[in-house]
Amino acid sequence: MVFSTSATAAPQRRWRWASLIVVVALLAGCVGQSPQASTDQARTLTVGATLEPPTMNPSASPAASIPQALLYNVYETLVKMDAEGNLKPLLAQTWNVSPDRTEYTFRLNQAAKFASGTPVTAQAVVTSFNRIKTETAIQAPLVEQMAVVKSTEAVDEHTVKVTLNHPSNLWLYDISSTAGIIYDPNGLATLDTTPAGSGPFVLKQWNKGQSVVLASSGSYWGTAPRLDTVTFRYFADPNAMNAAMLAGDLDVISNLQAPDAIEQFSDPSRFTVIQGTTTGEVVMALNNARPALKNDKVRRAISMAIDKKALLDTVWNGKGTLIGSMAVPTDPWYEDLTSINAYDPAEAKKLLAEAKATNLSLKLRVPTIAYATKSAQFVESALREVGIKVTVEELDFATWLKDVHNGGNYDMSIVAHVEARDLRRFTDPLYYFHYDNAEYNKQFAAADEAPSDELVPLMRKALRTLAEDAAAVWLFALPNLVITKSTVTGVPQNAATLSFDLTTIATR
Amino acid sequence: MRILAFLGRRLGIFALSLLGASLLVFAVCAALPGEVAAIILGEGATPEQITKLTAQLGLDRPWLVRYADWVGGMLHGDFGTSYFTGQNVLQLMSPRIAVTLWLVLFSLVLSVVIAVPVGMLAAMKRRSWIGFVTSGAAQLGMAIPAFWAAIGLVLLFAVHLRWLPANGYVPLTTNPAGWAAHLVLPVVSLAIVQASVLVRYVRSAFIDVLSEDYYRTARAVGWRPFPALLRHGLRNAALSLVTIVGLQLASVLVGAIVIESVFALPGLGSQLLDAVSQRDLSIVQGVVMFLAAAVLLINFLVDLSYAWIDPRLRAGEQR
Repeated sequence: MVFSTSATAAPQRRWRWASLIVVVALLAGCVGQSPQASTDQARTLTVGATLEPPTMNPSASPAASIPQALLYNVYETLVKMDAEGNLKPLLAQTWNVSPDRTEYTFRLNQAAKFASGTPVTAQAVVTSFNRIKTETAIQAPLVEQMAVVKSTEAVDEHTVKVTLNHPSNLWLYDISSTAGIIYDPNGLATLDTTPAGSGPFVLKQWNKGQSVVLASSGSYWGTAPRLDTVTFRYFADPNAMNAAMLAGDLDVISNLQAPDAIEQFSDPSRFTVIQGTTTGEVVMALNNARPALKNDKVRRAISMAIDKKALLDTVWNGKGTLIGSMAVPTDPWYEDLTSINAYDPAEAKKLLAEAKATNLSLKLRVPTIAYATKSAQFVESALREVGIKVTVEELDFATWLKDVHNGGNYDMSIVAHVEARDLRRFTDPLYYFHYDNAEYNKQFAAADEAPSDELVPLMRKALRTLAEDAAAVWLFALPNLVITKSTVTGVPQNAATLSFDLTTIATR
Repeated sequence: MRILAFLGRRLGIFALSLLGASLLVFAVCAALPGEVAAIILGEGATPEQITKLTAQLGLDRPWLVRYADWVGGMLHGDFGTSYFTGQNVLQLMSPRIAVTLWLVLFSLVLSVVIAVPVGMLAAMKRRSWIGFVTSGAAQLGMAIPAFWAAIGLVLLFAVHLRWLPANGYVPLTTNPAGWAAHLVLPVVSLAIVQASVLVRYVRSAFIDVLSEDYYRTARAVGWRPFPALLRHGLRNAALSLVTIVGLQLASVLVGAIVIESVFALPGLGSQLLDAVSQRDLSIVQGVVMFLAAAVLLINFLVDLSYAWIDPRLRAGEQR
């Protein structure tokens, strides 16, 4: 029995193994060719980024990844902020401000049309602005920024008049970003998955968990882009993004997440390293609602206990800018205020003694984001030097948002405030800083409502007040670290907005 | 009849486990701190805005109603919709199921393909240096975390040699060659660790076979050692092997979550991580429930396969 079966079975088995080897060899053959197979004649660009947009609807979520891919590329605004932080015409060709500075009249560019072909009319602007005030699921910062708008009216087909409750310089900046996006009125129902804008690109494909592919719309009303297809690829793991760049799979890293990785890209024949600034202020929030932290002496002592230069060197490889207040270098009113409440541990101890705040024990609750957790360790040991006991607690972002940001359940926290020109936040005593300073509020309002030529000096005064009062501790501003293949041109040095603006980029 | 009763009992256990899993999944998701409305609206949302959106999403209803709603929906194949985009959860999951399925399937197959011959070799040559080397290599493979192996493989094959893409994914239907190229490194990274674990079991299973009477008899009638082991040992060793592979499935799925992140693969694991961080709980529940069901189903099939592999068990059921 045994012998007869084996005689028939053995050859079959050998065939099975042989076929397996053939399959493996075929697969290996495919593998060898594939990396070359992806290159073609079209002008394409692949951009690496860290966070995937949770939705394609910029008004539904404050996630910075949405404007990164869509603002100025797929969606357009009346006015645009360029890489230097200046306002430029986009959908609005010109705009006038009434003498009392509460009425803005925008003349739309008559050539402007949406990707669907319908022209951008005054009525589209009215619809886009009004929906922020009327719909439920609009992200909170937009509601806040548009609260100053009293009414929006179409004067004629190409003229819009916006009336504000009070003059506001910041509002015009605000509408150069997500708040001011003009949506195609016919596409509002499906914004979550299908953008409906007037920009040079349209969404070609959204591969969930992987990439967002934009394609040149082909019928853009302005100057056509110099790229046909742009793919934003998303990497939860920054090392994976660096590896993809080194392997030649990416053309651009939109913002390097681990600054110490910059040395990997030091070969100038392959890579260009761009170093600039972003709008992200890494703020150590001090809960002004806590009795100990209501005392400005304690707040100033905390600021003086921290050597911000050493912190930046330790946690972010020295990349970034020391700011000293709630402004970044691309803001027109920016000035270096790092000398205020600068590092001076001896003075910090003196101030704490004066405030009778010895044996202070504070909870530092941070989200699990690299810059925050690393900074927290530094702060913990720096404050120990002046006699403040700090307990560091790391929370995942969702918990942090509910508990710390919305719940105010914290003493100190660290997070980057990435919205451009967001110093309004210190005027709201309900915001998680719980900062309430009548003088600052007055100065801020004066600056916001001032004629444009007085804006900068007045805003500087307000910022100085924040710094002197140590409303928070400004650790540093996040750097804009962009890596490109040496064949890519036109990537601006600074990120003055949240957009990764593709309109100036080309590949050789 | 007996076989039917056996099947019925196993099916009953399977269904009860699914129900238990659904309760557990729902309870854990309900207990997660953080709320989706606050994340959707973002920084600076007022409590009124959050309450309003929570109501609009139907999240203010009692948990029993929400649980019944969810389970009832699943029975009709409706896993709910994403809180962020309103898209159907099952539709969002299906392209990702394919990615994870390929990854897990190929890793398991590759680990068995590696482990069986190596384990047999280690068993037969256990007293020579070959046996020591293979056992040592298996120990080393077990000690290496999958993500570490992955980073090493990427550095070598993608960054230095540039033979393979560093990460990412291309669907099979779009570009079969690209699909295969993108899967090689993740599959190998995951398989190395699994194969190392398996080698030890294969080795000890075959060492048992080597001391069995039937093996000695086969050798005595003239079979050479290796064919004898294949012919008579494989089916006997298969029983413990199938058990281990079934049990390993859960650890492969966990490994896949890490590997998907290292290789930026759009699979279920990365979907789960994203959904948890955004508190898009309908997706979290859907994915976890799917994974739990997959593991339970495999264990159910493993139970059934015992009867198929080992006729003695069938006889045992009838006694």
